[in-house]
Amino acid sequence: MSSIKIRIKQLKNDITQVRALIAHPMETGYKKDEKGNKIPAHYIQELTVKHNDKVITNSIMGSGISRNPYFAFKFKGGKSGDKITISWVDNLGFTASEKKHIK
Amino acid sequence: MFGFLFSLLIIFAASISADPLEDQKLFRKHYQRLFPKLTLKDYADGIYAIDDDSRESWQIIEEFPPYELAIEAGENWFNQAFANGNHYSDCLPNKGIAISHLYPRWDKTQGKVITLALALNQCRQKNGEAPLPYKKGKIAEILAYLAFTSRGNLIGIKIPDSDTRALDAYQQGKQYYYQRRGQLNFSCAICHVQNAGKFIRSERLSPSLGHTSGWPTYRLKWGEIGTLHRRFIGCHKQIRAKIPKPQSDNLRNLEYFLSFMSNGIPINGPSTRK
Repeated sequence: MSSIKIRIKQLKNDITQVRALIAHPMETGYKKDEKGNKIPAHYIQELTVKHNDKVITNSIMGSGISRNPYFAFKFKGGKSGDKITISWVDNLGFTASEKKHIK
Repeated sequence: MFGFLFSLLIIFAASISADPLEDQKLFRKHYQRLFPKLTLKDYADGIYAIDDDSRESWQIIEEFPPYELAIEAGENWFNQAFANGNHYSDCLPNKGIAISHLYPRWDKTQGKVITLALALNQCRQKNGEAPLPYKKGKIAEILAYLAFTSRGNLIGIKIPDSDTRALDAYQQGKQYYYQRRGQLNFSCAICHVQNAGKFIRSERLSPSLGHTSGWPTYRLKWGEIGTLHRRFIGCHKQIRAKIPKPQSDNLRNLEYFLSFMSNGIPINGPSTRK
């Protein structure tokens, strides 16, 4: 089970739509558990999207983003067979990466 | 005015007739009059069957739905063995696959309506595991997976003639549906039968026909997947009524009644709702 789900769709005018759903708790560090202890912060810090080997977007994220975040964006120049790679690094050093080819 | 009287007449007729099939016919006739363009199967989409604007955004969400993660998690929970080596699938007919449309069903030996959520927890208890909380989390994820395997199957709830207690449970569910309660003195029917399709502040009221087809649901309001009984409880809060327990007799009988009304509508759970 991968923590990243990706859907890619070719739209008109050379535009490719990429959508991603990422399973991540995105804890802010301010929430408390049932016993009143603080739940340690755990959130994605950096999200990178590559088109083949070229980085097309790189976002620096914080704890303000909701649990299981959803990203969608469009870009120009995607061709059938090209590879889209999405990867993230969180504040505890965990990483995940997933790739998908454009149909 | 005439229309209003007519719908009152139907409600009155529905609440005095004793035959479930007759109830079902009148119930559907009422919605047929309100929404003449809809076929029975359209009601599976709930409010989005009658609200074109929100249907558009809903369809975009359904293309890549937020409940996908829940289905995957549910499948994992479902296939995980209990401490004694048994599985959920050992307790359920057809190993639990594609059975959601047959629940809730009448259980003769226990003498009560068994919902799928209750069946899962009974299975856990039989195998020495603690029951799961009913409103959200693990149980909602397992139900999401089971509903997903049952997608497209038509709801087929039976009220067996062989046991009069089944009909009693149905009648109690119906009574609960039409009974006014709470500080606002509302019954379920006031919103979802009499005023279905009309606005309550900014939101449209959904028709009750098909209410049980899309569960469990990822509600944007909740930001997570939750069960039908969690939604029932939400309704009670909104009309400021005493909060019932999830899977209590009243709510199970209510689910039995509502599901019987929705017989023949395809299961499309899990789904997303506002």
